This record gives sequence, structure tokens and C-alpha cells, in this order.
Amino acid sequence: MNNFKVMMNGIIKENPTFVLLLGMCPTLGTTSSAINGMGMGLATMFVLICSNVVISLIKNLIPDMVRIPSFIVVIASFVTLLQMVMQAYVPGLYATLGLFIPLIVVNCIVLGRAEAFAAKNNAVASMFDGLGMGLGFTLGLTLLGAIREFLGTGKIFDLTILPEEYGMLVFVLAPGAFIALGYLIALINSFKKAE
Amino acid sequence: MEYILIFISAIFVNNIVLSQFLGICPFLGVSKKVDTAIGMSAAVAFVLTIATIVTFLIQKFVLDAFGLGYLQTITFILVIAALVQMVEIILKKVSPALYQALGVFLPLITTNCCILGVAILVIQKDFDLLTGVVYAFSTAIGFGLALVLFAGLREQMSLVKVPKGMQGTPIALITAGLLAMAFMGFSGVV
Repeated sequence: MNNFKVMMNGIIKENPTFVLLLGMCPTLGTTSSAINGMGMGLATMFVLICSNVVISLIKNLIPDMVRIPSFIVVIASFVTLLQMVMQAYVPGLYATLGLFIPLIVVNCIVLGRAEAFAAKNNAVASMFDGLGMGLGFTLGLTLLGAIREFLGTGKIFDLTILPEEYGMLVFVLAPGAFIALGYLIALINSFKKAE
Repeated sequence: MEYILIFISAIFVNNIVLSQFLGICPFLGVSKKVDTAIGMSAAVAFVLTIATIVTFLIQKFVLDAFGLGYLQTITFILVIAALVQMVEIILKKVSPALYQALGVFLPLITTNCCILGVAILVIQKDFDLLTGVVYAFSTAIGFGLALVLFAGLREQMSLVKVPKGMQGTPIALITAGLLAMAFMGFSGVV
């Protein structure tokens, strides 16, 4: 039950995209379509879960002074692993996400959860924290990607909903990312204030 | 001529923040005042240029020479982290005045994704060392330009009454969106 609470915390109460506002670069950079957003979210989730589990297992072996560099090495190893696996099995997605896959290393969510959660809790709880945060991040990115794809091209997950000529191309381009995310967070904030 | 094109393209056309979405965290985080924005931009320009040179040399003479290309991510991030520490220590000794100005921003730079991003991009685009340095430096100028412009906008914005739900990050993001739209006007220049 407790683990379930840890997981839900990441998905809703401390959603990395909408509440903690961490990892903004991939959030804006990879959400030109729902499927890209989801791919990026799942990739980050993989790294989050693995690094959280490993760090919680070795936390007692690491001297406090070199904590952060050790965490970064663990995270970077999993990112390298992910790069190889993606290159082999989903080369298309790997090419679209491009630079943002190696940049998971410097994503504040991964290091932030390692420092804030995994360094203090056991492996099972850390796994659920990674899963929750990862799902929350995936949810945020997929939602933003779906909204941008719909407004930009009239499609969601490549399913045509409106004819393409009604799409506003700017939402697929860079400015649309900022504006769509801005309005989305404003919407969530005003719901929270109303409660 | 080639260098001038890279210079203009990196600053205006492919601005690192507004069209490539790298370095958003400092862009949103330290853009409340123009002074701090200038400090941060200077620190980024300094570290970015040095980091690009060092990672370029490591890629060419260590990773490529021994066929260790797959270690790129892990090597680069460690080199950048160590480099930032070193720059901090050296600056403190050599130029206390500069350290005073840039000091607070230096530790933040390790996790600034535009440093690692540019280091990897220079390798991916197959630049030679000089082109890479020009590219890194112009990117840093582009970052500074976007950051300082944005900080100026936000300073003005703090005097305006903003609807409740929009306060803070949402209005900042929408402002950034409008700024990005302005920069879109440069597309096709180079």
C-alpha cells in the first residue's frame, strides 16, 4: 500500500512536468507529436527506475564526498545502455529524439530523485518512486505531445481527427511548445487554486 | 566567410534556447534580473568554449583512437563536471574579481544541458577544432542574448498584474514562446 502511495505521488501530487517543473528541455524539445513525447517519457522512465534501484542498493558503499559524481556515473552507464538498445531496436525513434537521449544524463529529474529519494530509501520503494516519477513524466510528455500534434496537424497519435489544413503549424514548431506548456500549467494551477 | 555564417546561424537562426530547447532550466531559473542573466551568460560562454575544446580533443585522441566511441556520454559528462570544478578553483586563485562575478553560477553549469549538448553536437556535425570553437562560442552568445532579452521582458512583466493561474512559470513560458516566435523571423537568413 505504501509503495502504491509512493508511486501515485510521482504521477499526480509531484508530477515532474506540471508540478515540480523538472526536465524542461526534453519536455519542450521532444513533444512535437504524441508518440515522440511518449517515447522520450518511456526512455527516461527506464533510466529513472534502473538508476534509482542501483543507487539505493549501493548508497551505503559510497562516501558522502563523492556522492554526486558516483550517481552521475551510474546514470550515465544506464543512458549508454539505453542508447545502444534503442539504436538496435527502434532506430527511427532514436533518430527523431536524437540529442535528447544522451542528454537524459543531465535531466534534473533523474539526479534529483537519486539524491532526494533513492539515497534515503530501500530498493523496492526506490523502484516504485522511479516508476511513479517516470509514469508522471511520460504522462506529461504524451499529453503535451498530443495537444501540440492536434493543434498543429489535426492528428493525435497519427490518427486524423481534423483535416490537416485546419492545423496551426506554429504549435509543432518551437514557439508552440512554450505557449502550449504555459497554458497547460496555467490550467492546472487554476484548478488547484479552485480546490 | 564560413565562420561568419556559423556565427550568425548559431545566434539567430538556430538559437540554442529558443529553437533547439537546450538550457531551458537556467533560461527559466536565472532570468528574473538582467544582472544575474548577464553573469550566467558570461559563465556559460566561458565554460562552454573550454569544454568544447577539451571534449573535442578527448574524442579525437582518446575515444576515436582506441575505438571507445560508446563511452562518449559517460566520458563527456565526467570531463565537464571535473572541468567546472577546475575552472572554479583556478579562477579563485588567478582572478578573484572574475570569480566574484561568476562564482555563484559555476556549480549550476554542470547540469546545464547546453554544455553537454553542444559538446556532442560538435562531434556529430564533424566540425574541425576551430569551427567547433567558433560554433561553441557563438552558441554561448546566442544563449546570452536570449537570456538577457528574456530577463528584460520579465523585469517589465513583474510590474504588470497577471491573472492568478498564470502567475510565475506559465506567463514566463508564454513570454518565451512569443520571443521564440520573434526569433522565427530569422529563419531562412542563412
